Amino acid sequence: MSALLDVQDLSVDFPTRRGRLHALDRVSLSIQPGEILGVVGESGAGKSLTGAAIIGLLEPPGVIVGGQVSLEGRRIDKLPPEQMRRIRGRQIGAVFQDPLTTLNPLYTVGRQLVETMQTHLGLSDRDAKARAVQWLVDVGIPGAAERVDAYPHEFSGGMRQRVVIALALCAEPKLVIADEPTTALDVSIQAQVIALLRRLAREHGTAVLLVTHDMGVIAETCDRVAVMYAGRVIEVGSVAAVVHRPSHPYTEGLMASIPALRARVDRLAQIDGAMPRLNAIPPGCAYNPRCPKVFERCRHDRPNLMPAKETQAACWLYAEGAVHG
Amino acid sequence: MRALDSDLVYNFRRSPIAIISTLIVVICVGAAALAPLIAPYNPFDLASLNLMDSMIPPAFLPDGTAAHLLGTDNQGRDLVSAMMYGGRISLIIGLSAVVFATIVGILVGLTAGYAGGAVDAVLMRIADVQLTFPAILIALLVSGVVGVALPPSLHEKLEVYVLIFAIGISRWPQFARTVRSSTMVERGRDYVLAARVIGLSGPRIVLTHILPNAWGPVVVIATINIGGSILDEATLSFLGVGLPATQPSLGTLIRIGNDYLYSGEWWITIFPGVALAALVLSINLLGDWLRDAVNPRLR
Amino acid sequence: MADVLEAVKVSRSFDVSKPWLQRMLSRSGRRSLRAVDEVSFSIPKGTTLSLVGESGCGKSTVARLAVGLYPPSSGDIRFEGQSLSSARAQPALRRRMNMIFQDPYASLNPRWRVQDIVAEPLRAFGMLRGSAVGDRVGQLLSQVGLSPADGAKYPHEFSGGQRQRISIARALSSEPDFLVCDEPTSALDVSVQAQILNLMRELQTRLGLTYLFISHNLSVIRHMSDRLGVMYLGRIVEHGPAEAIFTEPRHPYTRLLLDAIPDLDAAGGVGRVRAGVGGEVPSPIAPPPGCTFHPRCPLANDRCRVERPDYTQAGPVEVACHAVEEGRG
Repeated sequence: MSALLDVQDLSVDFPTRRGRLHALDRVSLSIQPGEILGVVGESGAGKSLTGAAIIGLLEPPGVIVGGQVSLEGRRIDKLPPEQMRRIRGRQIGAVFQDPLTTLNPLYTVGRQLVETMQTHLGLSDRDAKARAVQWLVDVGIPGAAERVDAYPHEFSGGMRQRVVIALALCAEPKLVIADEPTTALDVSIQAQVIALLRRLAREHGTAVLLVTHDMGVIAETCDRVAVMYAGRVIEVGSVAAVVHRPSHPYTEGLMASIPALRARVDRLAQIDGAMPRLNAIPPGCAYNPRCPKVFERCRHDRPNLMPAKETQAACWLYAEGAVHG
Repeated sequence: MRALDSDLVYNFRRSPIAIISTLIVVICVGAAALAPLIAPYNPFDLASLNLMDSMIPPAFLPDGTAAHLLGTDNQGRDLVSAMMYGGRISLIIGLSAVVFATIVGILVGLTAGYAGGAVDAVLMRIADVQLTFPAILIALLVSGVVGVALPPSLHEKLEVYVLIFAIGISRWPQFARTVRSSTMVERGRDYVLAARVIGLSGPRIVLTHILPNAWGPVVVIATINIGGSILDEATLSFLGVGLPATQPSLGTLIRIGNDYLYSGEWWITIFPGVALAALVLSINLLGDWLRDAVNPRLR
Repeated sequence: MADVLEAVKVSRSFDVSKPWLQRMLSRSGRRSLRAVDEVSFSIPKGTTLSLVGESGCGKSTVARLAVGLYPPSSGDIRFEGQSLSSARAQPALRRRMNMIFQDPYASLNPRWRVQDIVAEPLRAFGMLRGSAVGDRVGQLLSQVGLSPADGAKYPHEFSGGQRQRISIARALSSEPDFLVCDEPTSALDVSVQAQILNLMRELQTRLGLTYLFISHNLSVIRHMSDRLGVMYLGRIVEHGPAEAIFTEPRHPYTRLLLDAIPDLDAAGGVGRVRAGVGGEVPSPIAPPPGCTFHPRCPLANDRCRVERPDYTQAGPVEVACHAVEEGRG
């Protein structure tokens, strides 16, 4: 099966007067149709930037300086803004952390759904209106038939995010990019929204790129997961393997540092230090100064993703002939 | 702080408008500050004035003389020198009025923003009411009232202070509003809470924590207000409620020249006018640039 | 063990009325929001009491009440038996409590050097003078894992985790016995969160500190707490030894919270089937009558809709729930 979205060696720079910052460094990802791929990492790792670069919404002065992004085999990273805008509505939907950035406060939610569907699906007024109500029912808005004529400010935060999900899915895109869709919500609402996103993606066969810092959300929602560190993808694999049997020392450390809900330990495993700032990424493997398993090669050669146990990891431990594994 | 400063320098170097404006301002301020040293004549030295020298056109006109590059006015004062001394007075009044407005505005803004409640409501309504009158009207009113209240003998001596007060008092609400809103933002920040947890007093928190962080926008507004204050002074002097002809500011020179504009002696009013426009425009452009340069959202 | 802090039926209301003039014009009355409603707890010396709940449940208001940033509207908070309102008046007692905040980017004055930030309580209480201040600051910075040389830098030169260490150094500088920690790690990344949590527990053991720990993150709470209070709309609905609550949650809201946490164990398995509890937290300005949780509660009956539940002792835990009291839970 060919990939729905294929990202090859995507690099994004931020030119500043103190030099170019390499915010994304040869990031490669692919998503199969209907698959949910999680992108996880700490703040500044480049996970949101990856989503933004894919849908052509990089904030200036960020620029794509290398690599390519293909949707169903067609390159979309060099398209003119007008064409990209059409792709964003029709083929790629988006859900952001703050629902208010997506919703227009001046229009009723019904009108926004109707307009999106009419633009992309060419429905009649009546059909579109009926479908809009149906979408609100699907995303679990009580009293959808009346609420369709309400304005965004009349909904609570959790309900707004549901509306945004409906808006992202209503044009029946093949891919949805969800950037921290639950971070601004309360714990008990988060679970509902995550479950909703997952259910709808499955029902409509939509692929999802889910960007989040919350490993719990990843674990519950995704099929596969990519772990990012300092602008690079350092491990990719099935969610079970990455969460329970990670290969990369960073992923191992990250998983061990999450306090468990089911048991209590005296001391959490911790990774000392912090992720380097973009202007001070060390040569070789970006993780080498914090890595407990560092050896000579890590300090000057940069590893690419390579097969490692059950996943793919960018780590020299798994290089052919490595004696350290 | 150091990073911000160097960002400013970097921005400055890449903005031709900022560089040219600064150049003009520096020339004007330099000429004004050094007037007693570099001006060819002293226009206040009545003994040196000769009515025979009055109304000499600029040097590049047929009747002009190299002794008076931009000509002379109706009293025989050398225009170059009069403009240098006049600019000096204009700048002193403009700057002092802004300093006055800034101090009043910061005090009111900090008090209103930190105290909140009724104190805030009263202070801000006063500011609102004052903002509904044009600044020049308030300045006119104040200088008119003071002019009547003071004995005429003191007028000439105190006129400069009256103008500073009149212009300053008409401009404080802008500063107060800005400082109040940044104070209200900073007041809710955790570092202020941390200071309150250990029991620091309100005034101490306001002065050591909030003021240093509410400072930035004030500098920008102050810059923009300097231009406006110089114009206010010129307007008041032009209308005749400002400085007397014996102590001419740029505005006074323009007014004097205005009487002769239609009789052909255009230079008496045009040259001070051009100087005033160039100075105010440069200051305002500099203020605009500063506002954009320190606003992270526009970068 | 003696209680360091004790709260007795503490309530706190906030005036959320429109400004006076608007109120007069629209002839509407004052409105108030009861952020904290008859909350009682006590914290024995050297232990951690945690409060957990969603936004608007009043946990941060309790944190601020506990350090005396607000006076209670009714009820009393006592620090070692002394009412906080009188204790706050004495610098000697004020010195013994401090607070750590959530956002390490907002809790340090950006215009101050780190050494001045950390030394602020020392100077405020007049504890040290001259070069002794610098020595103590260096010592405090080392204690939280920074270098004494870092004192000369400004906050923006540090990462989030390092800033939180600076915050902790400041909180410790006046040698307090009691620290209120308001979501100290929720702005941090997980790997850094582990560093800060470990540091806080080390310091607790070493210095015999007593913590009031506020968080919305149950995994963090479980790691940190001796005792736990679960808050909903201003009330503590379940209160007792943390382990007892985690192993056997009794209040339906506690169960909902525990069930809602996305779980690492779910990875690769089928998505967990969740209890069908939906709904959202109602506005605290107009809370529902009776038990405030009843609109979302699967066990609610007529009694819950009218009568406010009192605390029932269930094992080592106190629960405010009719269903638990009646044995319907």
